[in-house]
Amino acid sequence: MIGNSESLISDPLDRELVQAVQGGLPLVVNPYAAIAEQIGTDETDVIRRLERLLESGDIRRFGVVVRHRELGYRANAMVVWDVNDKRVSEIGRLIGRQSCVTLCYRRPRRSGRWRYNLFCMIHGRSREGVLNNLQLLIENCGLETIEHEVLFSRRRFKQRGARYVTQKESRDPLPCQTSLTVE
Amino acid sequence: MAQKESILDRPLNELERRLLNDFQEGFPLTSRPFRTIAESVGCTEDEAMHTLQQLQSNQLISRVGPVFRPNRVGASTLAAMEVPAERLQVVADIVNGYGEVNHNYEREHQLNLWFVVTAANREMLESILLEIEHTTGLEVIDLPMIEDFHINLGFPLQWL
Repeated sequence: MIGNSESLISDPLDRELVQAVQGGLPLVVNPYAAIAEQIGTDETDVIRRLERLLESGDIRRFGVVVRHRELGYRANAMVVWDVNDKRVSEIGRLIGRQSCVTLCYRRPRRSGRWRYNLFCMIHGRSREGVLNNLQLLIENCGLETIEHEVLFSRRRFKQRGARYVTQKESRDPLPCQTSLTVE
Repeated sequence: MAQKESILDRPLNELERRLLNDFQEGFPLTSRPFRTIAESVGCTEDEAMHTLQQLQSNQLISRVGPVFRPNRVGASTLAAMEVPAERLQVVADIVNGYGEVNHNYEREHQLNLWFVVTAANREMLESILLEIEHTTGLEVIDLPMIEDFHINLGFPLQWL
């Protein structure tokens, strides 16, 4: 689970496949054949490789990635917790299982600048809905004594899937989605 | 794929709801996935494909495809900056200028700009953060993931 360079996908064709599908499948009748043509293999090979990446867990899920805000989930809060380092894994697993939580990561503290070591994301249709979910989360997981802060999002400057771009393509050639919505 | 009509002006229909909710994982890895979907939801292949195209062009879905386990394909981090309010848009635009940045939000905190950077490796990641510090003259706090506790099975949608 701990990220390091040994765990990177190393097979060259797998890496090309990742590049070809990271922005999403083309929505055509035979999308995997289209991807295969792009990377110089056949459809069966593309499907087999995707199945293998799913089995190994390198691909966590494969499917429709929704845009929460556009679907009416206009509020999202990053909730950050200052958990005793000895208990952070146990509490992280507990929080990560709650249905209102869409992400749950341990991250480092930064001396004098940042004290929180556990992050989770809660989406909701309203600010009030998010706060209600947070209250339930605190009660369900017994987090009453753990210091936390709630960082609601204000403006979204950019949201899209990760692109593992190469050095040559480092500058974004596409206009990004900008939202001036203020909640 | 240019759409004149917007599906945002009306409630989503049953097919749209099912396509949004039921295929966040387990999208068929078959030669004709829209036919596989059509068989399971009871529509035609063409309807399944066109509805997804329309949901995508209306930005209700960002894509149909893989969600990678963090740090398996490359390196990523969450970065935070404390930006004076009057400079926020300009600094956000500088950050957005990097193809490696995929999420970038203003948040309610003294550290008010939060963005995710993903690159082929850790060295490239660090050079981008340094470049942003140099360009803006502001500190960038680097908070890479240490451990992932969430099993990402998609987001169960509740309809109003």
